[in-house]
Amino acid sequence: MSIELRTSPHMISDRSVSRIMLHVVLALLPVCAFSVWQYGLSALALIVVVTATCLLTERVLNRTPGQPSSLSDWSATITGILLALTLPPAFPLWMGVVAGFFAIAIGKLLWGGLGYNAFNPALAGRAFVQAAFPVAISTWVPAFAVNRFSEFIPSSLTAPLMIPPSITDWIKSQHIDAFTGATPLARWKFENVTASTHDFLTGMVTASAGETTAILILLGGVYLAARKFMDWRIPVAVLGSAALLAWAFHLYDPSRYPSPAFVLLSGGLMLGAIFMATDMATSPVTPVGVWIYGAVIGVVTVIIRYFGGLTEGVMYAILLGNALTPLIDQYTQPRVFGTRQKRT
Amino acid sequence: MRLPFLKRAATFEHGIHPSYHKETGSLPIRRLAFAPRLIVPLSQHIGKPAVCCVNVGQEVLRGQVIATADGFVSLPVHAPATGVVEAIGLMPSANGKMVDSITIRVYQADGQAVQVSEPRDVDAMDKKELLAAIQATGISGLGGATFPAHVKLSVPPEAVIDTLVVNGAECEPFLTCDHRIMVERTQDLLRGIRIAMKISGAPRTIIGVEDNKPDAIAAIQAALPADGSITVKALETKYPQGAEDTIIYALLGREIPAGQRPAAIGVLVNNVMTLAYLGRLLPAGEGIVERVLTVAGPAVERPGNYIVPIGTPLRFLLEQVGAHSSAKEIILGGPMMGMTISSLDVPVTKGTSGVLAFAKAQLPKDATRVYSCIKCGECLKVCPKFLNPSHMGLLAAKREYEAMAERYNLDRCFECGCCSYVCPSHIPLVQQFRIAKAVNREKAAA
Repeated sequence: MSIELRTSPHMISDRSVSRIMLHVVLALLPVCAFSVWQYGLSALALIVVVTATCLLTERVLNRTPGQPSSLSDWSATITGILLALTLPPAFPLWMGVVAGFFAIAIGKLLWGGLGYNAFNPALAGRAFVQAAFPVAISTWVPAFAVNRFSEFIPSSLTAPLMIPPSITDWIKSQHIDAFTGATPLARWKFENVTASTHDFLTGMVTASAGETTAILILLGGVYLAARKFMDWRIPVAVLGSAALLAWAFHLYDPSRYPSPAFVLLSGGLMLGAIFMATDMATSPVTPVGVWIYGAVIGVVTVIIRYFGGLTEGVMYAILLGNALTPLIDQYTQPRVFGTRQKRT
Repeated sequence: MRLPFLKRAATFEHGIHPSYHKETGSLPIRRLAFAPRLIVPLSQHIGKPAVCCVNVGQEVLRGQVIATADGFVSLPVHAPATGVVEAIGLMPSANGKMVDSITIRVYQADGQAVQVSEPRDVDAMDKKELLAAIQATGISGLGGATFPAHVKLSVPPEAVIDTLVVNGAECEPFLTCDHRIMVERTQDLLRGIRIAMKISGAPRTIIGVEDNKPDAIAAIQAALPADGSITVKALETKYPQGAEDTIIYALLGREIPAGQRPAAIGVLVNNVMTLAYLGRLLPAGEGIVERVLTVAGPAVERPGNYIVPIGTPLRFLLEQVGAHSSAKEIILGGPMMGMTISSLDVPVTKGTSGVLAFAKAQLPKDATRVYSCIKCGECLKVCPKFLNPSHMGLLAAKREYEAMAERYNLDRCFECGCCSYVCPSHIPLVQQFRIAKAVNREKAAA
C-alpha cells in the first residue's frame, strides 16, 4: 500500500471558478436570445463577433507553456457576451472587434488576467469605444424590423475602419411609428417624456442589445443568487440605493423627476447591477464593503442621469465603484471574532 | 441567510455544510482484537513526556503504570495489554517524528482483563484528591486536543466558572465515536459531568449536540437529573460547530476574548468522550488503556466504531476492518482538520478520534487546477473567526507573512479549513496560513 501525504482539509466543495463562470454564461443566454429575437441577425452577429474576439484575444495573448488554456474558465466568454449586450444593436461589427480586443487585452490581460484586473473588462471595452466612436454608440434602431432575420441593419456590415453609413432611410423603410431614435433616458432628459413600465417590461424601448428585457435579466440574477454563484447583496444595494434616491427626488418634484420604476427599468441599470457590478474580481470582498460599493454605484448612476451631461451613468458609476473597491476593502475589514464581549 | 423566526437549533455565524458521511453513527461500538505488538508512546498529551518505569523483558499487566507523570502538566501511561516489554526506544509517530515508545508483545492467550484497579468513592473525595485521581487515570482530551484532563479542569482560582459546556457537536465529517458514546455510555458521561462540575464549581452544565444526532439527544434527555442543573441543547449541523469558540458562542452567545481561555468568560469546555471516560475510569480507579474511535472512509470494508487498545498499529487496525489495498490516504482525525500519516506503523494514541482511509482524495475532478484569486469573498463568508482569508492569501502568495499577522490577525486562525473548502480557485489557503505561522514563529524565536 503506497500512501500519500496531504495537509488538511482533505475534502473540498465542488465549487470552481469555471463552474461559477459557466453558470453566469447560462444565465445570460435568455437575455441574448431575447435580443436576437428583437433585433435579428445584427444582434446575433454582434454577440458572436464580440465574444469570438474576446476569446481569440485571450487565447493568443494569454498563453503559458504547459498550462491549459484560460478559455476554459469561461470568464472571457462572459466579458464578450456582456460587452455585446451593452452595445447598440446596429453597432458596426468591426467596431465590436475593437471593443472586444480592448476589453480583454487592455481591460484584463494587461493587469495580469483573471482576478487581477481592477476594472470590469466589458465596461473598459465599452468605455473605450464610447470615446472612440461617439456617433455609432448612440445610434439606435427600432426593434422588430420586418426583415430582421433575413437581412442585416446596414450599419452592422460597415467595412473595417470606415464610418458607418447613415441608417435614417433604413429606419424610415421600416414604417415603425413613434420611433424617435432616442433612448427613454434621453427622451426623459431632453423632452421630459417618460416611457411606461409596460413598455420596459415587454422590451418595447430603444436601447442597447441586452438592456431591453428587465424581466429576463432579473430572472438570470435570481437564478445566480439562488445557486450562490452571485453575491445578491450587490444588486440589492445598487438597485435599492438608486430607487431610494430616485424616490426622494420624485417626492420632491414629481413633474421634474421620474418615478423610481422608470429609473430602475431604463438604460443599463438592471444589466449593470446584476451582471456587471457583481463581477467578483472588481467588487469588494468584505461584508460591509459590498453594501457601500453597491450604494455608491446606485447613487452615482442617479446623479449622473439627473445632473450630468450624459443620459446614462451606469457604466461610469460601476467603473467608479471598481476604482473604489481596494479602498472600500481596506476600510471595512471585518471585526475579528473575540473582539466583542456580550454576556447573557 | 437565516431569518430569526425560523431559527431552531443554536448555532454560530459563518461555517460550512460539507457532506457528513455519518453512516457509522447507527452502528453499535464493537471491540477490536489485540494486535500482536502494541507501540505505546511516552508522550500522548500536551506537556512533559512520561518517564518510563519498566525495563525490556519485564512482564506487564493490563492497566499497570509503565511510565509515570513528570510534574503537573504531564500524564502517566498504562500498559494497554498484558504482555512483555519487548523494546523501549524511538518509533514512528503521527506527525512523522520518531518518539520514545514502549513496545509490548501481547500475550495472546491471556484474557486481557484490566488487572490493576483501585475502586473508590468519588463522592467522598475533595477537589484536590479528584484532580490527583484524574491525573492518575492518564486521561488527556480525547477529542483530539490531548490536553491533560486534570490540567484543563484546574480552573485558575480567580476565575468563576458559571457554565460547564460539554462538547458533543462532533462536527467533523465521518466521525461518529462521540455520537455512539453519548448513546451507549450516557451514564458514564453524566457521572463525568458531575465530577467536572464538582471540581470547577460550575452550577450548571449545557451539553451541545448537533441536530443530526437526535438519538444521542434523546438518550441524554432521558437520563438527565431532575434538578435541571444539566441540560442538553440541539446545535445546527454545521462545521466547525464543535470548536471551542463556536460552541460557546452557539450555546451562550459569548465570545472568548482573543488570546484568552474560556475561563475568562466563565466557561469550561470538555469533550463528551473525555468526560465519559472520566466517569467510567475514575470510580473504578483504572488507567486509560483503550478508547473508542471511528474507522471509516470509502476504502474501509467494515467501517464502524471500535474499542481499540492504545498502541494498536494502524496497519493491524486497517487489516481488521478490511481496508482495501487501494487506500491512498490514511487520515488520523477527521477530514477537515486531521493529518495524513506516512507510515502504517504509527500507533493509535489517546488523542486518536478517528482513522479514515480514502481510496483517492475526496476532491472534485478539477481540484488540482489552481486559479488566481477572483475575490469572490466566499472565504470571508465562511470563516468562523471573521478573518479575511482572501487578502491573507494574496499576501501569502507574496510571502508577506508578517503583514498577514499584523494587519489581518493571522494568529487567530485555528486552521478549521473552511476557507480552503469553499475556495472556487482551489487556493490552498489554510495550508499557506500554516506555513506563514510557522515562518513567523521561527522569526520570533530567532
